[in-house]
Amino acid sequence: MAPVDPLAAIRDTFFQECEEQLAELESGLLAMEEGDDNPEIINAVFRAVHSIKGGAGAFSLGDMIRFAHAFETALDEMRSGRLTPTPDGLKVMLRAADVLADLVRAARDGGEVDQDHSKALIDELRQLGGATGDGEDGDGDGEEDWGDFSFQPLGVAVEGPSSAAWRVTFTPRADLYAKANESALLLRELGRVGQVTTQVDASRLPMLDALEPEAAYLTWTVIVTTDQGEGAIRDVFEFVDGDCDLDITPADGPAPDGGETIEVADASSAEPAFDISALLAKVQSAVEPAAETPTETSATPAAALRKAETSAAVAAAGPAAGATIRVDLERVDRLIDLVGELVINQAMLSQRVMEAGLLRASGVAMGLDELEQLTREIQDSVMAIRAQPVKSVFQRMPRLAREVAAMTGKPVRLVTEGEGTEVDKTVIERLADPLTHMIRNAIDHGLESPETRQVAGKPAEGVVRLSAAHRSGRIVIEVADDGGGINRSRVRAIAVERGVIPADAQLTDEETDNLIFMPGFSTASEVSDISGRGVGMDVVKRSIQALGGRISITSRPGLGSTFTMSLPLTLAVLDGMVVTVFDQTFVAPLTAIVETLQPKASDIYSLGGDTRVISIRDTFVPLIDVGFSLGFRNEQIEAGSGVALLIEGEGGSRAALLVDAIQGQRQVVIKSLEANYRQVPGVAAATILGDGRVALILDIDTIIAVTRSAESHRAETPMALAAAG
Amino acid sequence: MSMTVLTVDDSRTMREMLRMALVEAGFRVIQAEDGVHGLEVLANDRPDVIVTDINMPRMDGFGFIEEVRGDPAYRGVPILVLTTESDDAKKMRARMAGATGWIVKPFNPVKLVDAIRRVAA
Repeated sequence: MAPVDPLAAIRDTFFQECEEQLAELESGLLAMEEGDDNPEIINAVFRAVHSIKGGAGAFSLGDMIRFAHAFETALDEMRSGRLTPTPDGLKVMLRAADVLADLVRAARDGGEVDQDHSKALIDELRQLGGATGDGEDGDGDGEEDWGDFSFQPLGVAVEGPSSAAWRVTFTPRADLYAKANESALLLRELGRVGQVTTQVDASRLPMLDALEPEAAYLTWTVIVTTDQGEGAIRDVFEFVDGDCDLDITPADGPAPDGGETIEVADASSAEPAFDISALLAKVQSAVEPAAETPTETSATPAAALRKAETSAAVAAAGPAAGATIRVDLERVDRLIDLVGELVINQAMLSQRVMEAGLLRASGVAMGLDELEQLTREIQDSVMAIRAQPVKSVFQRMPRLAREVAAMTGKPVRLVTEGEGTEVDKTVIERLADPLTHMIRNAIDHGLESPETRQVAGKPAEGVVRLSAAHRSGRIVIEVADDGGGINRSRVRAIAVERGVIPADAQLTDEETDNLIFMPGFSTASEVSDISGRGVGMDVVKRSIQALGGRISITSRPGLGSTFTMSLPLTLAVLDGMVVTVFDQTFVAPLTAIVETLQPKASDIYSLGGDTRVISIRDTFVPLIDVGFSLGFRNEQIEAGSGVALLIEGEGGSRAALLVDAIQGQRQVVIKSLEANYRQVPGVAAATILGDGRVALILDIDTIIAVTRSAESHRAETPMALAAAG
Repeated sequence: MSMTVLTVDDSRTMREMLRMALVEAGFRVIQAEDGVHGLEVLANDRPDVIVTDINMPRMDGFGFIEEVRGDPAYRGVPILVLTTESDDAKKMRARMAGATGWIVKPFNPVKLVDAIRRVAA
């Protein structure tokens, strides 16, 4: 293993923790905006900023420290009740949270932050806090505050002659001992500052029977000869200031009035005053029994714990931190690979046993059934390791919504639900872009202007709802707005104008709504600054489909639109339709299949050459013989002798794939063909079937695309494919 | 026997920094994430010095110090408050609760160890 720089590792931890704190910060502020006045929320929000500041200090991240300090000061005002959380004040805080997030990321990734913007927000935060009269002024105020944080090095002499003698008179009070400070340790420290001569005044020490074990009776007078000055001596007593009487004077003055003194001079040793150990031992022996005596108010840790737990339950504090370990993703993926192999092996074994003609009731077969079940459970559990809550991508959306709201002038409330819903890490990572686009779209195009909304009798503030849920082994994510719904006549007009549909096309409402996913529907000319960025809904659809997902829209005029995405929980396995083509087994991704049908010869039309189309409920789609298209055979089979799969590619284009027979549906483990062989046109990946043979997973889009282009220059570019298996 | 230091801090970053600095100095380090957790740890282990943060969920540093000082078994254990708070009000409150001393963040490992040695027998 490569040596790990411990500081770099801590830095990583710091930035991970920052992300958690930023999420906590934002969700807390949003809850406060919703009117939640649970004091634990503002405390958590304060702690988040405070923690970020603490870490930033450790790594000397000046910009972050300054900003977090101003932020924290304003939050502290709010926490202490001196500042009322108004909607406007919270909006400033939310924007400040965004800037803090930018600062964190800039520090992590080495980017730049708009200094003017962050300075302006510091001023706004100060005004929030300053409204209470707690005057903080001037730039760098926070920094100065931080400047005080480090100790003055003890060795630095600020003033004073090269060497001088000081008389230190030190009388501890009982409080000093109650805080676990020790006179002996202070004297030891003093011995490190310079040469010491110590005297103890024990005149106030009572007889043993009158001795209060927790009282203080002694006074020490120490002559310290040092070149470090008075400051170094005062530093020794820093922690006990107020818990003792301390007098430091130049030692050339008169000696203090002696009472009964015991000389404990030791000019050279750093260990002073231990001749009084006998005396101390006496005091100690008197203290000890008292310490054993139970008192009414004594609280054992266990009792205190119970108390704390009760109060924590009452305060309904944040979720208890679950026990977690960090594991390299590589190790998890290796495990997933191995389990994939195990599933395949188990399937092979089952098949062999069946072939051997063993009865289902035989011990071996029953054992195999159990093995199969266990294997499935292992597979599910291992997949669950890669699963993460969608929260990590959902939590980026409130900020986006705020930004788009500000740009469009449409007030919007983003409501998120089901953030805890888990899905594969890769799926989560690849969800961010389409979701970003859809939220932008929902606000920019979905919601009406506040004026229009009010005319329609709706609240001026629009609502965009982002939710996630598990449904039948998939994750379903919805983006819903309460806007005006799809303007169907306009969509239709645009689609006709852009040649997406013929002018006389008869479309249902649903079909009209779904036109927005068609390539070529949205073009640069109507792309607005916000939702556009040159990306249309067709791109969103394509990226969802690339994840093995589907997207659809439902819309009700005047009430809003809902985009529904359904995605697989993992990319490591695939629900497939297993089909036979020219005695080879192939798998077609189930998500691409719209329906299967038995084509009738009367529905097939030849357009000359090898091009055939099939009529399905009055629409024509290309009919593609998979065996012919992949180069297994030179003649297309008779349509009536096969089965057609109506498929829809990423671009929304449809085609019918003609195969010889359907074997059934199966979940298959995806194996990369590129990693094990090379990329083959028309083939997306491979899998291993129960009988040990390799089956290729069809790449629907390439097949459609190649067939289309082949229509123009037929037979010149057949997809050559070596028989697999 | 090396000295055992209990650190109580809700920040993972800070816990890791403390551990690094203290282990480097030859201390045995035990850690807790907040006051409640700190008391749990104390039920099973006996540190020579406690270093605690102030702002923590569930039970803050003040509450934690009061609980420890209220327990006859632990009243004599030195407690250093580790916090970014530089204002005297916080220091004062920590001392009222029974803190032995304080270390101000961002801490310098040498000063941290020095402060611990100052209060530890």
